[in-house]
Amino acid sequence: MSDRTVDHEEVRHVADLARVDLDDDAVDRMADQFGDILEYFDRLDEVPETDADPDLTNVLRADEVRESLDTEDALDNAAETEAGYFKGPRVS
Amino acid sequence: MDSNAYVTRERIDADGSGALADREVAVKDNISTAGVRTTAGSTMLAEYVPPYSATVVERLRAAGAAIVGKTNMDEFGMGTTTETSAFGAVENPVAEGHVPGGSSGGSAAAVADGDVPIALGSDTGGSVRCPAAFTGTVGIKPTYGLVSRYGLIAYANSLEQIGPIAESVEDAALALDVIAGPDDRDATTRDASDHYDTATGADPAGPAPAYGFADAADGSVANLTIGVVTDLLDGADAGVVGTFEDAIDCLSDAGATIREVELPSLEHAVAAYYVIAMSEASSNLARFDGVRFGHDAGKSGNWNESFGATRAEGFGEEVIRRILLGTYALSAGYHDKYYKQAQEARAWIKQDFDAVFDEVDVLASPTMPVPPMERGESLDDPLTMYLADANTTPVNLANLPAISVPAGETDGLPVGAQFVGPAFGEPTIVRVASALEDRV
Repeated sequence: MSDRTVDHEEVRHVADLARVDLDDDAVDRMADQFGDILEYFDRLDEVPETDADPDLTNVLRADEVRESLDTEDALDNAAETEAGYFKGPRVS
Repeated sequence: MDSNAYVTRERIDADGSGALADREVAVKDNISTAGVRTTAGSTMLAEYVPPYSATVVERLRAAGAAIVGKTNMDEFGMGTTTETSAFGAVENPVAEGHVPGGSSGGSAAAVADGDVPIALGSDTGGSVRCPAAFTGTVGIKPTYGLVSRYGLIAYANSLEQIGPIAESVEDAALALDVIAGPDDRDATTRDASDHYDTATGADPAGPAPAYGFADAADGSVANLTIGVVTDLLDGADAGVVGTFEDAIDCLSDAGATIREVELPSLEHAVAAYYVIAMSEASSNLARFDGVRFGHDAGKSGNWNESFGATRAEGFGEEVIRRILLGTYALSAGYHDKYYKQAQEARAWIKQDFDAVFDEVDVLASPTMPVPPMERGESLDDPLTMYLADANTTPVNLANLPAISVPAGETDGLPVGAQFVGPAFGEPTIVRVASALEDRV
């Protein structure tokens, strides 16, 4: 076990941000494992600053109308649809 | 023996005839196939039927290949053993009781079983090369941008490439010839014709240009310098190292010049890889909310409650672990400590590779530092499993091509040798791998 501790509240907080419900057992396991894994990631502190040469190229293409999926196909995997739209849960 | 290599057995006939005429090919189940369910090894997509096919699938069919099924895999490509699939673990056909490697373990098992000569996998941190090494098959991770990712269910976009697993180096190279080439539906693809001397000329009307990779499998290494990466031998299993060194001796006998090289940055590759991959995964997998496609928990309540329940039901534990760690690494207060530092490490690793390729043509190491693990051995300890990816992850961080080819055995278990080339150095790694294949 590492010295680093990730407390249960931190695990619950990131699970909340990521929209994943976790039961108490899962929170326990993750909190244990995250300590070891994050301690291993801490070695990145030793990495020197590097002169990165990004060499980026703009690859935007012209915004042209092209053939695409038809609405029926796009909606085919949705649990609920209405009048040609996806139907999701209420926002609040 | 049923190795559980397939999630779905369903045939998709060829749509043309060419380099793969009358060949049967299996496709990893994170590569979309129109009308055939594509699960990515997850409960989340257990009933998902894509309305379109991945570019690589269209190219296989146009080249005359029939697709015979969708292969089992670690859920969303997250694993080194193919034990995290929602559809059960895959058995290693050549080493019963051991894992076939991951995450393209189903594709490798289908080839090792003799069921198909060629299968497609995807390689984000070694997921084509690791299962190839563990099953005694050949796997190629192409240069980033060589193969279209259109239709690949994304895990970590900046790292992953689709690549072939095959019985022979020539077949793997042939499949790469068929799937490689620019695609206007994936802006990260590049026309690489200028890089290949062996290019037979691109046909703009054809499905893809032919780069002549299969022609490079000529077994000739007489004028090549191979750099053995000593950093990747320290700490590896002694039996694996012994088998690898015998393989290098074979290449020396065949006329290659062997040199030892050091790449000190590689020590940080596993940490950098997992921080970047988990960060990208946390973003990519945000799309699975049960509204447009995928599992829906059907829970009433508001948006957040419904999404939280759907995602908890749909994702397995390894996927949740990576989403949460990725969310953590990107969160306010930790971004500079983890994500920014991982990008620094990535730049350093690229520079290290660039410098060493001024001195050698190809780099060599064992593909995996250990022989195939026993099934169930590493599931409870995620960090130990992550560390097994030490030799493969640097290649993805540097966007380079690499091949895994059988090097022999240790205690009856397969060992793979990995050869890494400079960007668009596929013909050279294919050549070296074919030389070893001829002699092992």
